[in-house]
This record gives sequence, C-alpha cells and structure tokens, in this order.
Amino acid sequence: MNAAVLQPLQETLAQKIQVKNLNFYYGGFHALKDINLQIPEKRVTAFIGPSGCGKSTLLRTFNRMYALYPKQEARGEILIDGDDILSPRQDLNRLRAKVGMVFQKPTPFPMSIHDNIAFGVRLYESLSMREMEERVEWALRKAALWEEVKDKLKQSGTSLSGGQQQRLCIARGIAVKPEVLLLDEPASALDPISTGRIEELVHELKNDYTIVIVTHNMQQAARVSDYTAYMYLGEMVEFGVTDEVFIKPRKKETEDYITGRFG
Amino acid sequence: MGTEHLSKQYDNDLETLRSGVLQMGGLVESQIRGAIDAFAHGNQDLIDQVIANEARVNEFEVQIDDDCSHIIVKRQPAASDLRLIMAISKTVTDLERIGDEAEKIARMSRQIHERGHADLHRFATVRHAADIALSMLRQALDAFARLDAADAASIIRQDVAIDTEFRSILRQLITFMMEDPRTISTALEIVWIAKAIERIGDHAKNIAEDVIYIVKGTDVRHTAVEVVEREALS
Repeated sequence: MNAAVLQPLQETLAQKIQVKNLNFYYGGFHALKDINLQIPEKRVTAFIGPSGCGKSTLLRTFNRMYALYPKQEARGEILIDGDDILSPRQDLNRLRAKVGMVFQKPTPFPMSIHDNIAFGVRLYESLSMREMEERVEWALRKAALWEEVKDKLKQSGTSLSGGQQQRLCIARGIAVKPEVLLLDEPASALDPISTGRIEELVHELKNDYTIVIVTHNMQQAARVSDYTAYMYLGEMVEFGVTDEVFIKPRKKETEDYITGRFG
Repeated sequence: MGTEHLSKQYDNDLETLRSGVLQMGGLVESQIRGAIDAFAHGNQDLIDQVIANEARVNEFEVQIDDDCSHIIVKRQPAASDLRLIMAISKTVTDLERIGDEAEKIARMSRQIHERGHADLHRFATVRHAADIALSMLRQALDAFARLDAADAASIIRQDVAIDTEFRSILRQLITFMMEDPRTISTALEIVWIAKAIERIGDHAKNIAEDVIYIVKGTDVRHTAVEVVEREALS
C-alpha cells in the first residue's frame, strides 16, 4: 500500500533520507509497518497523525535514538545520502553529529549558555578558543537568539525563558553543523510568540538543512512544511506536497483527520 | 464530507452557512421570476417589489460572508471544509450579482411599459432565454445542496445555449430597429434585459464551477466544457 501513496513530487529534489520497508518493534509491539518514504533535501517535511500513530518513533529512527533502549528494534533500510544508518557498522556518534535533534521540552544542560553550545562541539572538533567563540556566536545567530543573550553568555542556560531555552537547544543542535535537523514537537510547550519565532527559524534553517518536524498542531504543519506525511496506526497513509494535503488530500482518512472528523 | 466533525458546533455552523446560501438562492430565483413577469406584463407593484427586495439579497451576501470569516477564524478549516467555505464566499457574490441583474431587468421593464406601445409578444425569445437562465440557477442551487458534481457539469453546457439565444435576440432586435426607428429606445432596453439574462447564466455557471471545486477539489474555471465534464465525472 505504501508505494501507492507516494505521489510524485512536484519538484525534482535530491532525496536526503530514503526509508525502505521500515518496520519497528517495541518488544512485541509492531509500531511502524512497512514504511516507505523519501525526504527531500533542504526542505521541511512534517509528520502528522494522532497520538500513537508512530510519527515520533519514525523520527527517532533517523538518528537511532531508539538504540538507547533495549528491546527496540528497527528492520528495513534508512539511507541518508545513500548510507544505510541501520547497518551495525554505522558509527552512532558520527550519525548523531550529522542528524541533530530537538525535543518537545527544552533540555538545556545545567551550564552556561556558552558552554551549552560549546559542549557538543568539543565532542567532535578541537577548535581554538577564538574559533569556538565564533562558532558559539554563529550558532546563536542562526537560532535567532544572539541579540537576546550576547551580554549574558556566562549565565546558566536554565535562566532563559522556555522559548529562549528551545532556541538554545536548536543552537546547540546546529553548532555541530549537522545536515539533518529532527524536531519533535519543538513548540508544543511554548507560547504563541515563542512558537512564531521557532517557526520563523525553521523557515530560515531550511536553506541549509533538511528538516523533519513532528507536530500535533496541524496549522503548524501547514505553515512550516513543504511536504506532509499523515500516519495512522504505524502506517504511512498519505505523503505529499503540504498545500495539496491540506486543500485536497487524496485519502479519506487524511481528510477526516485534518478536518477534525476523526473519532 | 458526510461524516460529522468531533465538534457538533462546527457542524451546526457549516449547516447554517449552507442553508443561508440556499435561502439566498431561493430569494434570488424569485427575484428573477418577478423581474421577467414584470417585463412581460408591466405590473408596477411587482417591479417595486423586485427593486425593494434587492436590499434583502445584499443583506444575505454580507451576512454569509461574515459567517464565513467567523468560521475561518474559529476553526481554521482544511480540505473539503476549506473548499466549501471558499466556494460559498464566491457563490454569494454571484448570487448577489444575479440579484443586481434582476433589479436591472425590473427597472428596464418599468421604462418600457411607461413608454407604452411595446409589442412585447414579439419577444418570446427573451422569455425563453430567461427560462433557461432560471433553470440553470435552480439546477446550480440543487447541485450545491446535494453536492453533485455531475449535475453541476451539465449546467455549464447550458450556458452555451444561453449565449446562442442572446446572439439571436440581438440579431432580431437589430432587424426591428432598422425596420422602424421608433422602436430604437425600447429595443435598446430589451438588449439590456437580454444581456442581463445572459449574465445570469454566466453567474449560474460560476456557481456550478464552485460546486465542482467543493466536491472534486479541482478549479475548473476557464477550462473547456469537455475537461470540466471529465473532471466532474472522474
């Protein structure tokens, strides 16, 4: 069924991530069923669907976040730039430097704003102090946070507001210069103004990164994404250009969900 | 469409909107009928009534558009709901314009009858064109009520018939004017009436296109009738 729901993309884009026949298990629970999907490079792709549909699970396979937990298993292929990241030979540290992730709740480290950014960079690169200063400023500017924190880089990251903390986490994610950014409900704990800033940021960042965002907020998916995937009960129901999915979905299940007829 | 929303209130709001369009459509239909009767018989009261009712048509338009804005702001409609609301907002504009055309026909009829000596039985073709326009509108409203794309597509073909009628009326009137220059004033007014009828057909066709957009999600404006029919029946 999955091959049938993949509509031809309107633009010819390089495919950053290719998911082929992916199945995922939480112990005995079959959480993702035969997922096939191509995620275009330097575009925003949104995963939508009701709770428990597997959208976060799918997102977490892209940097093998699930490998932290026992009894979780992915079968199939996930190619990033043609490399199968599910292969046992995959270096997880390198993968996570390439594929950054930001979570629903802001998770700043209990250290200064500066060190929050520098911490991750030190794991992968040895920069001079001057280079590090530049990298911190670059990341904070990219995350549209620099102007607000430039005079208090020594203050704790946890002293910032929720919205600022989330942008700090995004800055931390991009400081290691990843190629893919995974956002798992990045704005669901934020007020509308902070949400607006994050959405604006996503729009800016897609010039440089491939972004995949999971959101419960359908208007947010409609606003920020170029492509939308609707998932239900572990299956990929429909994948297409966002505007088309929201104006003229091809599947009745998608229509029912996005119009609020789901019940 | 079909199944209900999680929110009953949303369903009620959409239903109110739809029935508002149908009520407005009913009023506009009776306006055309009144205007055409007035043209045929010169009934002064009827003319006054059509002109007075035009204000009610306008009120409907404003009210329904306002309701559309409220639903958009409250519900952020998507997919078929979004298409329904977009289409309703356009449909009421077309209905309001039809209302304007009916008023125009009533005013022209008053002038013709005040001048007198109009040999109106010679203008059966005008009545015939008006009947087609009226039936197109009625069918368009039916298609809207039942969300029937195939029915909507058949209306679009009838518009071609009205355009043909209009050209034939025009030729006929030109002949009269050449035969007897005293008929020029009246003939010109009848040209305006025929033109108003032709415009009513165009607006009914627009409404039919809106119905296809709601049902199929395809914008069929400015496309060939054959393409529209294929799309509507797909």
